[in-house]
Amino acid sequence: MTSKLLAATAVVSASALILSACGNAGPGGGEEGELTDGKVVLAVLNDQSGVYKDLSGPNSVKAVEMAVADYQEKYGDDAVATEIEVTTADHQNKPDVANTKAQELYDRENADIILDVPTSSAALAVATQAAAKKKLYVNIGAGTTELTNDSCNSYTFHWAYDTYQLANVTGKTVTENGGTDWQIIYPDYAFGQDMDKSFTAAIEEAGGTIGEHIATPFPNDNFSTFLTKAATAEPNVIGAMQAGGDLINLVKQFNEGGYADQGIQLAVGLMFITDIHSLGVEAFSGVNFAEAWYWNADDENRAWADRFLEETDTRPSFAHAANYSAALQYLEAVQEEGTDDADTIVGNFEGKEINDVFLKNGTIRAEDHRVIHDVYLAKVKAPEDVEEDWDYEEIVSTIPAEDAFMPLEESTCDLG
Amino acid sequence: MNAFLLYTVQGLAAGSFYALAALGLAIIFGVLGVVNFAHGACYMLGAIVAAVLQDLIGLSFWPALIVVPILLFLFGVIIERLFVSRLTELDPLYNFLLTFGLSLLLVDLIKRQYGVSGLPYTRPEILSGQLSLGSIHLPTYQVFVFIFSLVICGLVWLLMTRTRIGMIVRASTEKSDLTRALGVNVKAWVTPVFGFGIALAGLAGVLAAPFRAITADMGSSFIIILFAVVVIGGLGSIVGAVVAGFLVGLVEAYGQAYAPQLSQIVIFVLMALVILIRPAGLFGREENA
Repeated sequence: MTSKLLAATAVVSASALILSACGNAGPGGGEEGELTDGKVVLAVLNDQSGVYKDLSGPNSVKAVEMAVADYQEKYGDDAVATEIEVTTADHQNKPDVANTKAQELYDRENADIILDVPTSSAALAVATQAAAKKKLYVNIGAGTTELTNDSCNSYTFHWAYDTYQLANVTGKTVTENGGTDWQIIYPDYAFGQDMDKSFTAAIEEAGGTIGEHIATPFPNDNFSTFLTKAATAEPNVIGAMQAGGDLINLVKQFNEGGYADQGIQLAVGLMFITDIHSLGVEAFSGVNFAEAWYWNADDENRAWADRFLEETDTRPSFAHAANYSAALQYLEAVQEEGTDDADTIVGNFEGKEINDVFLKNGTIRAEDHRVIHDVYLAKVKAPEDVEEDWDYEEIVSTIPAEDAFMPLEESTCDLG
Repeated sequence: MNAFLLYTVQGLAAGSFYALAALGLAIIFGVLGVVNFAHGACYMLGAIVAAVLQDLIGLSFWPALIVVPILLFLFGVIIERLFVSRLTELDPLYNFLLTFGLSLLLVDLIKRQYGVSGLPYTRPEILSGQLSLGSIHLPTYQVFVFIFSLVICGLVWLLMTRTRIGMIVRASTEKSDLTRALGVNVKAWVTPVFGFGIALAGLAGVLAAPFRAITADMGSSFIIILFAVVVIGGLGSIVGAVVAGFLVGLVEAYGQAYAPQLSQIVIFVLMALVILIRPAGLFGREENA
């Protein structure tokens, strides 16, 4: 009995070995000239278990896999990328982990491109690795404008949104609509400080004034006192720069305090559709915020979101759509150039104009590698206007690509 | 003046969560000698269970205040029977590690099942809005939370001082061996006491549900403050846990209002001061420490 089992195991292992050997030899044999190591490897480096898991996380990996499937279906036997692998790693939102994982992905797993990377400090670490290894990095999840300013490099692209654009869309529009007297409550870390700075500039430019800038601990579950403090100055807008769970705490306690009845509106710096979903549309109803993409904005988005729903049982956030878009455009570039050589792809990307499900009127700026595209000011619907699950947003206005993002002349990026 | 009053109410409301949960922690430590590191996770479970039951069977806030603590009590009983009881004879470190592991396990299971963005919760209409007393407006829910938890703490105090059960529990807290020698079956009380402590954490969780983000991580920072509360009040001291709970809530609120840069550390400065002056905590006795 035992010897039979042993024999069976041996046979299985041996065949597995042979198979895997064949697998390696196959693409390496014929067409090696075009692909750097016989295959294209797309790596998604993001938060697979922490606070940003729902807004990006494992479903961004699914989105990238959808892009791969679409590419393969479109080109079939003509595909340059004959073998495509999607791999993923969890950076736990820590810059040191992100740094190590990025090295591993580029060196050991032969990743040709790293995608996503929420948390600004982690994104900056990955950008440094991309420059050192001379391989591509397309940032989606992080918001810092550093990536396209002082810390920019030839191999890093910034695809979806940044703090400048958020402040520009929300801060400016709310001020122009009469919300001129602000108090800002921001979490005391890199992202929060960056948001505070960007909002201040945008509000002042639009003619508004800011009373106090209140820094709060991060993470934090009790904002009541901070809100009371902000409200004593009788502003007409409280700007909240918190994200994720902290934002939910803050909004719950804002509603609790009855500040809306005192004529104070809440403007939120960064919000994802997953936040609205988790707290319920009622709590956020009427809140204005900047949206980079909305699944139910038009038929094209909706069709893609339906496919996403089949894959994941949930509707996509803009980060999911942006991961899909970045992966697809990368593969298209490989197809056009006939190679996955990083420098060639960078050349292909620079200055390229793109329209896809995520990028509307998109352009990859050659000078600083910021991807500009149309973005929106969205408003959370009233509960009675919600017609189906995840139908939470109404697009108030579309801000054209060239007006939404930091103008080129302000960028301090030098790709040299 | 109005703002000061608001800060006070907010501090007392935040303190209510600490007081209720710390009460449970203190009772468990008193009778079992177990430092329950999973207490923050049980607070989180209370909120999650309330939200899930509201979603599944439409259980509203009021019945949840009774149903959820009962469920958490049963959960506590199972955990005590299955795991904790096997380790109580050993070095306390074993139960510390057990409950620490348990807390990690619970947080990750909840993340796996319900994600990390949190769950929605609808609170009863009657607790929304503001209470108006002349020119002063106070948030109804925070006032309710304070009064409710004060009543619960009072009831627990009565239970402990006026009933036979309470007498046995207090006796076994203070002189476990002697109580046993007098013919009281201390062991029989260990399991329900553990369950009761967990139920109190769960109750704090239900109270937090309408007011805070209901996420798997909501207990992680809570437990840190909770230990500060228990140390300030005196480990195992029931009155101490309650007084220190409200005190820490107030200190936190005033800190945030008047010295925001220090708001994170004032609690721990307070804790350090208390330990320096009274090493056993405000209400603890040296022999217990």
